[in-house]
Amino acid sequence: MKFPSDARYSREHEWARFDGDDVIVGITPYAADELGDVVYVELPAVGLHVEVMDEFGTVESVKAVSPLYAPVAGDIIGVNEALDGAPELVNSSPMGDGWLIRVRPDDHATAVEDLLDAEAYDAFVDELLA
Amino acid sequence: MSYSPSTDADRARMLRTIGVDSIDDLFVDIPDAHRDPTLDLPAALPEVDVLREVRALAEQNRVPEGVPSFLGAGFYRHFVPALVDQQLLRSEWYTGYTPYQAEMTQGTLQSMYEFQSLVCRLTGMEVANASLYDGASALAEAVLMCRAITRRSGVVMAGTVHPAYREVAATYTQAVDVELRTVDAWTRTGNDVAPDIEAVAAAIDDTTACVVLQRPDFFGWVVDPTPVVEAAKRHGAKIVYVVTDPISLGLLTPPGDLGADIVAGELRSLVGPPAYGGPGAGMLATRQAFIRRLPGRIAGRTTDLDGQQGFVLTLQTREQHIRRERATSNITTNQALVALGAAISISALGPAGLRDLATRSLSAAHRCAEALASVGATVSNAAPYFHEFIVHAPRGAEDTVKALADRGVFGGYPLGRVDPRLADALLVCATDLTTRADLDALMNAWQAVHRG
Amino acid sequence: MASEPLIFELASPGRPGVRPPLPQFDAVDPAAVLPEGQIRGALDLPEVSEIDVMRHFVRLSQRNHSIDTAIYPLGSCTMKYNPKINEVTARLPGLLEPHPYQPESSVQGLLALIHDLEAVLAELAGFATVTTQPAAGSQGEMVGLFCIQAWLRSRGERRTTVLVPDSAHGTNPATATMTGMRVEPLGTGPDGNIDLAELDAKLDDDVAALMLTLPTTLGLFEQRILDVTRRVHAAGGQVYGDGANMNAMLGRVRPGDLGIDVMHLNLHKTFTTPHGGGGPGAGALGVQAHLAPFLPGPRFVKTDAGYALEPAGPDSIGRVHSHVGNVGNLIRAYTYIRSLGRDGMREVADDAVLHANYLRARLAPHFDIPYDRICMHEVVLAGTRQRRLGVRTTDIAKRLIDYGVHPPTVYFPLIVDEALMIEPTETESIESLDQFAEALINVADEAKAAPDLLHAAPTTAPVRRLDEVTANRSPDVNWTPAD
Repeated sequence: MKFPSDARYSREHEWARFDGDDVIVGITPYAADELGDVVYVELPAVGLHVEVMDEFGTVESVKAVSPLYAPVAGDIIGVNEALDGAPELVNSSPMGDGWLIRVRPDDHATAVEDLLDAEAYDAFVDELLA
Repeated sequence: MSYSPSTDADRARMLRTIGVDSIDDLFVDIPDAHRDPTLDLPAALPEVDVLREVRALAEQNRVPEGVPSFLGAGFYRHFVPALVDQQLLRSEWYTGYTPYQAEMTQGTLQSMYEFQSLVCRLTGMEVANASLYDGASALAEAVLMCRAITRRSGVVMAGTVHPAYREVAATYTQAVDVELRTVDAWTRTGNDVAPDIEAVAAAIDDTTACVVLQRPDFFGWVVDPTPVVEAAKRHGAKIVYVVTDPISLGLLTPPGDLGADIVAGELRSLVGPPAYGGPGAGMLATRQAFIRRLPGRIAGRTTDLDGQQGFVLTLQTREQHIRRERATSNITTNQALVALGAAISISALGPAGLRDLATRSLSAAHRCAEALASVGATVSNAAPYFHEFIVHAPRGAEDTVKALADRGVFGGYPLGRVDPRLADALLVCATDLTTRADLDALMNAWQAVHRG
Repeated sequence: MASEPLIFELASPGRPGVRPPLPQFDAVDPAAVLPEGQIRGALDLPEVSEIDVMRHFVRLSQRNHSIDTAIYPLGSCTMKYNPKINEVTARLPGLLEPHPYQPESSVQGLLALIHDLEAVLAELAGFATVTTQPAAGSQGEMVGLFCIQAWLRSRGERRTTVLVPDSAHGTNPATATMTGMRVEPLGTGPDGNIDLAELDAKLDDDVAALMLTLPTTLGLFEQRILDVTRRVHAAGGQVYGDGANMNAMLGRVRPGDLGIDVMHLNLHKTFTTPHGGGGPGAGALGVQAHLAPFLPGPRFVKTDAGYALEPAGPDSIGRVHSHVGNVGNLIRAYTYIRSLGRDGMREVADDAVLHANYLRARLAPHFDIPYDRICMHEVVLAGTRQRRLGVRTTDIAKRLIDYGVHPPTVYFPLIVDEALMIEPTETESIESLDQFAEALINVADEAKAAPDLLHAAPTTAPVRRLDEVTANRSPDVNWTPAD
């Protein structure tokens, strides 16, 4: 699989992409495919502070619930409210309209430095699919 | 003997296929020392002999056919259409199981959907589950829901909620951070007992997850809940109503119109006689916003590959078999058959029938109160009531009940069991099944007990 | 098959339903006695004639599979024949009509029946005493864990961890959470037994209990059960037994003899109270003597003056039911136990286990069996061979429906890929077992030759596969006319 190079990725299959001062977070196309049809996304209250790997919500298919883990540390300053009525956006556009949360990172400079780049995540996923 | 159809020849054939010599060989994993214990159990009986034995036990019990009964207190007798039990005896209903394979269990799934829809109409709520164990555990689950929704721990419980329901709520919440606070919700002046809704309202504060009121309450009263509703709204607390007799909803304003966030109740009286307390069925209904916090099974309507209407279990990710330790509850088996009976009963009675049963119950209770007063009893009820009222029992309610029973009448429920300050108060219930003859028997017995 | 209209769609304004009883008293005007605002306006319920209500629910019932229709081999559910005499006894007026608060002296027969049932269940399962108050197995689990907590507290201990094998029913971890405890999963070894090394590693002084299903959900008897219970006790913990699978053990072994401290019995599984489309059940709970003081009250006791309800003692964890439990089911279970007697009990386990092993032997050439040894009352297959052909266990299950057979439990236990969990029970005949086996073998053959038949199945049921995604994304759970 090939993933966009403008984002970084976690081994828990979340992506993180800078948008000015903020980081946008979602689940990767690989995760969305594995999950199947997403029927519900539970997102946190705006204002919550998360550390890396904190659970910030869940994403549900008909017969599975998967926790969402924060790939960066910071304050959650926005959530994708469109998912409330249209959880299918996570399937149709996981790295676009299906984004999950907007985070104001604790440290902008180092926020994503421990995450995989696209090439490394490609390799990681290829290994899982093998 | 065990309802197994296998013959010795069948068994021999099966053992050959398996490749073992005897059935004992199938139990080798059981530790030797404990295999095949000697059990102290009686021998088998053919069905007619079992029936004879159980009937002998049944006949030792005195029941309303022979003993006029004015017992209610959360367990009510109402008319139930004959077709309800005829339906429940259909094999396709009672020998099926949870609809795990939707295509093969559309009957159960559609009936669950209809049940949920009927409960919503009856209670004035937006969503209902397909039943819980009973009214008491439904209240417990409602309290746990409110804790999860509000992330608060305070529960203000009116003392006029059924005492057993309050106990069960306390049991369920003993290991989590819930502070149950019971407020009397009634006052006594001389022999008069009256509701005190303001006391409940005053107990609500910013730590309150929910306030629990019963309607009609355990003492039979129908109270305007406005002070509690306003206080709850002011403090952001949820409002839970308990309904122990669904027939009351044929007449009374539904909880959904009185600010309810959750309605927890018992449906047994729609389906049959009290059955010594069970099986009943718990109902739990709430607002759309809380559907993902609702425990238990929920049926949903959808379509199949051909676009035809069909039904499935929905929102199963709330449940234990998927979410395991994070589930909304551990409930699995529910009371589906009783809930089905309730749906059939509501459908057969219709709105007019339900209203009739409710108004007849109200009429019967009020006429009984008048009649008791006419033979010298003091009705100490100082508030509007539905089909239960309080009578002053000067020699003590426990003693009165015993004396009345000795004269062949179950006179009511001694309220001293709820609170010692009410040791001389008797809770008397009448319904659409109470007859003129029942009342005559009560009046005669009352006079005999209180003469001289 | 055409769909059945909703009850709401059969209604017609003004159509009379069943007639209520004649009034016995002069009417009282509710508005004259109730406070303002407390009487409802319109009651928005369907108005349907009696015959249409009857036909509607008969037609709905015909869209169901049931034990009385054909084999229903749902693993873990013990779908066996429900003897009809049970329905007769449970409806005897003397047992159906008593009120919970009528004097105990007036309900001696019923108190005796439940008292004796509890005694018999204790004898069968090897416990000091049994309470029949829990309404179902999962409520029994909750009571059991609360009792363990209370017992620990009485010894001045507080422990918060519950060890739960990865093969366990989902109720076990869910119950642990409800009782405020933390779940620590335990792995299963390649032989299907608990991994003793892992058990030892996890048995610390915070472990309150091990929750153990016996036989396990793999349908296997834990071969080192005595080692397991001994180790848990040595570490100061208790063993909770999930007795959903008691059918395999009746008369053959008493779980209480194996070091299990507390266990629920599902009367609706083992003791033939009907499943009712999902309930009511009844979850009797057996405990050893040290846990007895903590049980919910009231308890059924026999005194010099007769049978009585004894209020809960000071150490009780509290009541879990509005009265004493699902009494109607207790009457059915009692009737069943009296019908079978001592020898019938053992025959249940013998034939339940024989039938499951027969199916295992017949199906082994066609399916993978990941834990392949003598099984107890159920056998767990894996649809892994079929998955390589592009067929999932769901497809196998749906195709079985076209054969008029209810599919087994699928995708459980979670530790078996593409699991098919088959529990035939003792009440199926060899012909019925053969028919089921042949249906499953045919489906396995079709998976090779014509997999699209499986993907498209079912085609003979009242509906085809249903759109669960839409049902979950926009749940329609309450009918509205605008729909």
